[in-house]
Amino acid sequence: MHTKTLAQLSSGLHRREFSSQELTRAFLERITRFNPEINAYVTVTEEQALAQAQLADQRIAAGLSTALTGIPIAQKDIFCTQGVRTSCGSRMLDNFISPYDATVVERYNQAGAVMLGKLNMDEFAMGSSNETSFYGPVKNPWDTGTVPGGSSGGSAAAISAGLTAAATGTDTGGSIRQPAAFCGITGLKPTYGRVSRYGMIAFASSLDQAGPMAKTAEDCALMLQAMAGFDERDSTSVDHPVPDYAASLNESLEGLKIGLPKEFFGEGLDADIARNIDAAIEEYRKLGATVHEISLPHMHLSVPAYYVVAPAECSSNLARFDGVRYGYRCDNPKDLSDLYTRSRGEGFGAEVKRRILIGTYVLSAGYYDAYYLKAQKIRRLISEDFRQAFQQVDVIMGPTAPSVAFRFGEKGENPLAMYLSDIYTIAVNLAGLPGMSIPVGFSGGLPVGMQILGAHFSEGRLLNVAHRYQQETDWHQKMPGAFA
Amino acid sequence: MSFSKEQVNTVAWLARLAIDGDKVEAYAHDLSSIFGFVEQMGGVDTDNVAPLAHPLDQMQRLRPDSVSESDRRDTFQALAPLTEAGLYLVPKVIE
Repeated sequence: MHTKTLAQLSSGLHRREFSSQELTRAFLERITRFNPEINAYVTVTEEQALAQAQLADQRIAAGLSTALTGIPIAQKDIFCTQGVRTSCGSRMLDNFISPYDATVVERYNQAGAVMLGKLNMDEFAMGSSNETSFYGPVKNPWDTGTVPGGSSGGSAAAISAGLTAAATGTDTGGSIRQPAAFCGITGLKPTYGRVSRYGMIAFASSLDQAGPMAKTAEDCALMLQAMAGFDERDSTSVDHPVPDYAASLNESLEGLKIGLPKEFFGEGLDADIARNIDAAIEEYRKLGATVHEISLPHMHLSVPAYYVVAPAECSSNLARFDGVRYGYRCDNPKDLSDLYTRSRGEGFGAEVKRRILIGTYVLSAGYYDAYYLKAQKIRRLISEDFRQAFQQVDVIMGPTAPSVAFRFGEKGENPLAMYLSDIYTIAVNLAGLPGMSIPVGFSGGLPVGMQILGAHFSEGRLLNVAHRYQQETDWHQKMPGAFA
Repeated sequence: MSFSKEQVNTVAWLARLAIDGDKVEAYAHDLSSIFGFVEQMGGVDTDNVAPLAHPLDQMQRLRPDSVSESDRRDTFQALAPLTEAGLYLVPKVIE
């Protein structure tokens, strides 16, 4: 059952080939068996899952179900889940039992999905390898000596190893797309404001976005349908109608104009990855698309601008973790300052501390204009590049990451080396655009992902473009041998 | 630009973040290399460019100034390290 897609499982449930309880138990058994090796889950909610599965079976029997009813999914541990630990991959929240559900969680519960547990991630979503988690690194199921990517590494690894039918992730600089690429699965970062951030622990408020991760574009369409939509409780939520994502999946790609930014295919790109991307583009030509070279001239500034904006926003968002009202508190604080500094110093890991320092500095008196304001201006230039590009083409394609999954510790000494692995994904967050990563091949036995980007609120088209490719190819069906 | 150990300590204090003495140098080194990289932005002319704070260039949505939340203090304080009589307890501030 773990090799089936979400859509196939939904079909099976509704045809009564198996029950949600059977399906849920099957996944829970696999988690018990394989999670120690992969470390994808931080918390497994076995009792709750079986209770939800039982209710789901009743709903299906009564004809009151949705496509997601009875489907076992898992939530990245950045989403608040009522009564269940919500750790954000950090010691700071190791003892935090959330008193409420995030909107995303609420919507999945309403749809009748079954929550298997909470998934491991880079601490406070800061990382590209899932090596910074307080709960230890997640292993890539394709080669457990390599990283699954990050920050949604647990989500990607769990889907890849068949430990959940689908999962939620979040993407601030590539954290859905890059792990999807490294683990050979499909992930989508929606347009900024498409999915509610209420109850989603904030990293960088102008960049964060929640999105679906699954085996296929069709599965992501079903997941996005449940997640997307205006939410009054999120002041950055956009009141834009939610289309029927599944309905447009099979539209023809005849005449589709694909843009390939020359900046994505320059020197830094590994030749084998380029070969895989070229082969994928060739499939699109066969489907009737035309290919055009475009330019995004300010692309090279996206990583520097991001590493000013994101840390600045994170330093602000993480100021609330002070040992007073919830979360980690240091032992025997001498005075209030000691309480603050040591709770935070001990509660946060090194990468989080690094980013808080960067952010605090760039927002401090005398430096705001030179760094933060400058970065926001660069952001507008990058956004403009995309706006102009989308006047010429319908979608943009390119590699998701400059390499396949790297080995643990490879980027260890130099944080900059880690930051540069986001080189193809970051600009998309700065511009608030939607983007997907789909598996398009392998290099040295490890998955290669390709990005598909679109204009604001074009998720339907991206899913359609991805789905048509997946109907002609079978990369998305591959599973790592050890877990198949 | 080069980050000195003093600068790291100053910024750490602003952020109320304790850094072990023997780690300060490493942070200074990392921050120097990150800021060296970030300096690239300086070379770009942005004189007539407006900053983009919100990716869709939207304004903050407002709502009427009326009470919409319920009192959940007990639920929230159940999560706190130390409380008493509905207050959060911290080490004494005023001598």
